[in-house]
Amino acid sequence: MSKKEAKLQNRKDFWERNQQTNGYLLERKVGDIVWRVVRALLLFGLCFLILLPLINKLSASLKAEEDLFDATVVNLPKNWTLGNYSLAATMYQYGKGVFSSAWISLLISVLQVASATLVGYGFARFNFPLKKFWFGCVVLLIIVPPQLIMAPLHLYFTSFDIFGIFEAINGHRLNLKNSILPYLMIGGTCMGLKNGLYIYLLRQFFRGIPKELEEAAYVDGCGNFKTFIRIMLPDAKAMITSCFLFSFVWQWTDKFYTDLFLPRDMTLISRELTKTESLLRQVTAQIYNIEPSKVQVSVARLNQITATGTLMAIAPLLIIYLFAQKGFVESLSQTGIKM
Amino acid sequence: MKKTKNKHRNLRRRNAIAGYLFILPFIIGFLVFLLKPLFESLQMSLHKVTVATGKGGRGFSLEPIKTWKESNYYKALFVETEFKNRLMETLPDMAIQIPAVLVFSFFIALILNQEFKGRGFVRAIFFIPVILSSGVIVGLDTNNSLMGGMKDMIAEAGDSINISATLETILRATGIGNKILEPVFEIINGVDKIVLASGIQIVIFISGLQTVTPSMYEAAKVEGCTAWESFWKITFPLVSSMILVNLVYTVVDFLMRTDNRVMEIITQYSSATGMKYDIGAAMAWTYFGIVAVVLAILAAIISKKVYYYE
Repeated sequence: MSKKEAKLQNRKDFWERNQQTNGYLLERKVGDIVWRVVRALLLFGLCFLILLPLINKLSASLKAEEDLFDATVVNLPKNWTLGNYSLAATMYQYGKGVFSSAWISLLISVLQVASATLVGYGFARFNFPLKKFWFGCVVLLIIVPPQLIMAPLHLYFTSFDIFGIFEAINGHRLNLKNSILPYLMIGGTCMGLKNGLYIYLLRQFFRGIPKELEEAAYVDGCGNFKTFIRIMLPDAKAMITSCFLFSFVWQWTDKFYTDLFLPRDMTLISRELTKTESLLRQVTAQIYNIEPSKVQVSVARLNQITATGTLMAIAPLLIIYLFAQKGFVESLSQTGIKM
Repeated sequence: MKKTKNKHRNLRRRNAIAGYLFILPFIIGFLVFLLKPLFESLQMSLHKVTVATGKGGRGFSLEPIKTWKESNYYKALFVETEFKNRLMETLPDMAIQIPAVLVFSFFIALILNQEFKGRGFVRAIFFIPVILSSGVIVGLDTNNSLMGGMKDMIAEAGDSINISATLETILRATGIGNKILEPVFEIINGVDKIVLASGIQIVIFISGLQTVTPSMYEAAKVEGCTAWESFWKITFPLVSSMILVNLVYTVVDFLMRTDNRVMEIITQYSSATGMKYDIGAAMAWTYFGIVAVVLAILAAIISKKVYYYE
């Protein structure tokens, strides 16, 4: 029997079976198909909505300057150019920016996730007095806006001291304003950007791992710490990766914590992006050899360069994300969060 | 007998010590970098702050304030009109956006949890908002309105018809409950905002949905449940704890994003260039107080309905 015949047979069966069920089968089949179509349309629309800003930016970044003032050009440029990219690359010091953004984000997110993993594990697997109270503190950490504490923290780090030790040695307190140390301390003690969320997610994950696994390790003579390293960490690899990716992305685009804790003269992508206007002014002034204050930059041009810069800034993230996406999505789906 | 009891107690104590060792980083950080600054900023908001730059960095001195009229809270709320105006703008906006984000992300998570071709690809796209709605990128996007403006002009010149605008005019003309429909229009016009704001929420909902075992749906189906019924009787209760998490996250995210206009003004006041730390702190505390009350009320209502499966 060929495939075609089998299909025909199947179809015949379908009508017979449909009659047997008084039309219920047909009803369900039609409903199913209608839902599929609706779902496909809906998802297509939403995906388009998400991608639209990116597409708009891409089209803007590929236009030559004269296309911006041509009313007949909407999405597809008349004069294609990559000039905006090379201009943005020099203007934003792209290479330098990506490099320092990358190592800062990497360092901070490793610290943040490492400490959050320890703490999350501690909350999930041990019973100790005042546990509920401390977990309440984690929730507090999640909901306290950083703006609330930024002024005192800033002042604290400009005259930094631990129990008067440095004052005794140096005669004065330390000004850590131009070092990355404060940020490392904050990251290492779970107080960094959205760190409460990572603790929460990791705690939920560790709660879901069966107790028997841990008990077996104890019986075999593993201590608390060894169990954590040997048994729990490999299991949590996926969840840790996702937290790491979140942390990396958020750190990459962050300006608030960056401005507060990192040295002013550090070239970071997120910082450069917000300076677009003055940078563009400078570059144009250099090209035409006039004073920066006299340069007139049109809004359209400014937006075009901003769009180009944004695309260039998120490009490394998109690449990382495309590679990690598979493990990332699946790992999140395995989390099994329970309150 | 006594020995085993002792041993048991010993084990418990060791467990407690190990637990504390694991959460030690958090405790240190919490006390030094959260509680202490929180307390200081509360103090700042209640005093007049003068910042002095001396050897070894900056310090500040506090002067007590006696009358209500001179207090920072009074200044923040009634003198600095900008803050009050922005607050009044943001809060109603929040009341509309947050339910919309929750419902939308739940719905999308339900769809993305189904089996269909290209699911991985679609899921990947739905993660892009996580990048696009973070940090400086958000602020840049709102600045970038010129492109949109130009398109609108072209659309107007071309006499093309905008479906949602037409629908809006028709509905308005019928005059049925303009007040009720107002939020609906707002949501529809700002749908891209909602999509961008619900990246993480979708992830959290999907992970919640995945914990529901398929056998439950099978059992319900055998018993004659329709899809609608099994959604309300199985899916919804089992994911209800996720709703609480997402609610907290959405509220916090909405209030702390860099393009939030209240946050902008607070940052401006309490940054090193603003130098009005005391008024900034009072603003921040007012804002935080309102948010905490809103969150507490919502969480209290929702946590009563949350079903715990264990």
